[in-house]
Amino acid sequence: MGTATETFYSVIRRQGITRRSFHKFCSLTATSLGLGPLAASRIANALETKPRVPVIWMHGLECTCCSESFIRSAHPLVKDAVLSMISLDYDDTIMAAAGHQAEAILEETRAKHKGQYILAVEGNPPLNEGGMFCIDGGKPFVEKLKMMAEDAMAIIAWGACASWGCVQAAKPNPTQATPIDKVITNKPIIKVPGCPPIAEVMTGVVTFITTFGKLPELDRQGRPKMFYSQRIHDKCYRRPHFDAGQFVEEWDDEAARKGYCLYKMGCKGPTTYNACSTVRWNGGVSFPIQSGHGCIGCSEDGFWDKGSFYDRLTTIKQFGIEKNADQIGMAAAGAVGAAVAAHAAVTAVKRLASKREDVDHNS
Amino acid sequence: MMDAIAPGSDGRPDLAVIAADASGERAVGRPTVYVYEAPVRICHWVNAFAILVLMVTGYLIGAPLPTVAGEASDNFVMGYIRFAHFAAGQVLAVFFLTRILWAFVGNHHSRQIFYIPVHRKRFWKEVLHEIRWYAFLEREPKMYVGHNPLAQTAMFTGFTLFVAFMIVTGFALYSEGQGIDSWQHKLFGWVFAIWPNSQDVHTWHHLGMWALVAFVMVHIYAAIREDIMSRQSIISSMISGERQFRD
Repeated sequence: MGTATETFYSVIRRQGITRRSFHKFCSLTATSLGLGPLAASRIANALETKPRVPVIWMHGLECTCCSESFIRSAHPLVKDAVLSMISLDYDDTIMAAAGHQAEAILEETRAKHKGQYILAVEGNPPLNEGGMFCIDGGKPFVEKLKMMAEDAMAIIAWGACASWGCVQAAKPNPTQATPIDKVITNKPIIKVPGCPPIAEVMTGVVTFITTFGKLPELDRQGRPKMFYSQRIHDKCYRRPHFDAGQFVEEWDDEAARKGYCLYKMGCKGPTTYNACSTVRWNGGVSFPIQSGHGCIGCSEDGFWDKGSFYDRLTTIKQFGIEKNADQIGMAAAGAVGAAVAAHAAVTAVKRLASKREDVDHNS
Repeated sequence: MMDAIAPGSDGRPDLAVIAADASGERAVGRPTVYVYEAPVRICHWVNAFAILVLMVTGYLIGAPLPTVAGEASDNFVMGYIRFAHFAAGQVLAVFFLTRILWAFVGNHHSRQIFYIPVHRKRFWKEVLHEIRWYAFLEREPKMYVGHNPLAQTAMFTGFTLFVAFMIVTGFALYSEGQGIDSWQHKLFGWVFAIWPNSQDVHTWHHLGMWALVAFVMVHIYAAIREDIMSRQSIISSMISGERQFRD
C-alpha cells in the first residue's frame, strides 16, 4: 500500500488534490484539534516534509466497530487519513492482499521500519488455554501481537476492548481476554477507549502523531488528554437541567419530552470521560443523550460489570445478593439502629432490676 | 451567705461547702479532670455539623429530589445541594487537618483517636473488659479519664480512618469537576489508579457514608449510655472540656 518514503504532500498531490484543498484540510484539522492559529501552517509544513508513518492495524477479539467508526470520519475524511496521512501497510479487514501475501507484509515492515511504525490494535488477546481462543494466521493472536509490538514505535489501543477489555473481558471472562497494556508493558500505549471510539477522535489521534511525530499528551490512564480530559456530564447540553434539579423520572414522561437531565435514568455521563458531548457522532449530528437515551459509559473501564445501564448506582454482587450501595448501607444502618435499640432496652431492664435489688437489700 | 464558705484542710475553700442553696441543702463536690481542650471541642462540633450536612446533601446528590417546575434558568436546586456538599466537605477537611495538627500540640488525650496501642497487652485486656461490660457480663464499669480502650478503637476506625477515606475519595470525585489540571486532581487523582472507573469510587463513597451513619448511631448511643451507666460525664465534657466522676 505505497512506500513509506514518500511525503504526505506528494501523495496528496498525486491523488489530484489541489494545494488549496490541502490547506483547507490543514486548517480544519488544526481547528478540530483545538490548536492555535499558527498550527495550520505547521501541519502543512509537516505534511510537506515528513515521510508518512507506516501503520500496522491488527484485529484481536473484537467486533470491528472501531474500524466501522474510523471509516466514517468526516474531519479529516478517512480517505485522507488512510491514503494520504499514514501508510496503512497492513489491515487484514480492509487490505487487498490476503493469506501468505498479507502475512509477509508484517515481517517486511518489522525489518524495514524497525522502531518506526505505529501498531494500531483493535480488540484484545485472550490469554486462556495458551491464547487459542483467537487464532490469527494459524497462530494465537497474542503471539502475533507480542511479535509486532517488539519493534513498534508506539501502540494505539483502539476502543474499549484494547483499552480495558470490554464485553469479552466482562465477568466471568472465560477466555481471559486481556487489555493491551497488561500484555505489552515496555512500549508507549495510547488508549483510545469507546465502544467504538468517535471517528474524529480516532483520526484526530492519527493526525496528531503523523503531524508532530510524537504521541499526544496522555492522562493518568493513558488516554489522550485533548479528547478524554472531561466527562460527558461536564459539557452536556442538558447540564442546566441537572443543576436546576430537573430530571426525567420515567421514560416518556413530560420531563423526557422536555429534554431534562437523564441522571435518574442511570445516565453514566457523570462518570464517563469522552468527547461525545462536544465532538458528537456522525459528523456532529447527534450523540446518545441528544437522542434521549442516557450515556452507558462505553469508554470506561469494565462498563459491562457496573450493573444496569439504567441504574444510577452500581449493584454490588460481593454480598451474594444484587443490591446497590445505598440499599446495602440502609440495611446495615438499620441493623445497627436495631442493635442499639435492643442494647438500650436490655440496659434499661438490667438497671431497673439492679435498682430493685438495691431497694430490696436496703429495706 | 459568706459564712457558708469554710476553708478546707488545705487552706482552699471546700467546694462541697461553697455551693449551697437558701434552704441549706449542701451540694456534692466531685472529682473533675480537664480532658478536652478547646480546639478539640471546636473540631468535634464543627466536624459533627459538617458530617451531618454532608450525609444529607450527599444522599440527595445520589438520589435527587423530585423534579422542580419552571425554566432551568429559574432553578438551581442541585446546584445549591452540591455547593453545600462541597463546602461542608472542605470545612470537614480543614478541621480534620486542624485536629491532626492539634494532636501534636495538645495534651495526650488529643492524640488518643489517632492510634491504637496494639503492642500493649494491657490495652487488649481492657478492651476485652469493655466488650464484657457491653455484653452485660460485667457488673461494674471502669472509669477512664479519656476514651476507654474500646472507645479508642472505635474512634480510630469509625472516625479517623472512615473520615480520612471519605475526604480522600471525596476530593478525588470533586477533582473530576475541577479538571485534571486542578490541585485536587494532582493530590487525589491517584484514587483513579486504584479504581479506574469513577463509578466505583462513587460506590465506595456511598458505602463510606453508610459506615459513618452506623458509626454516628453507635457513637451517640454509647455517649448517652456511658453518661448514665458509667457514672461519669461524657456529653457535657465535649462542651466544657471537663470530665466529672460521680462516685
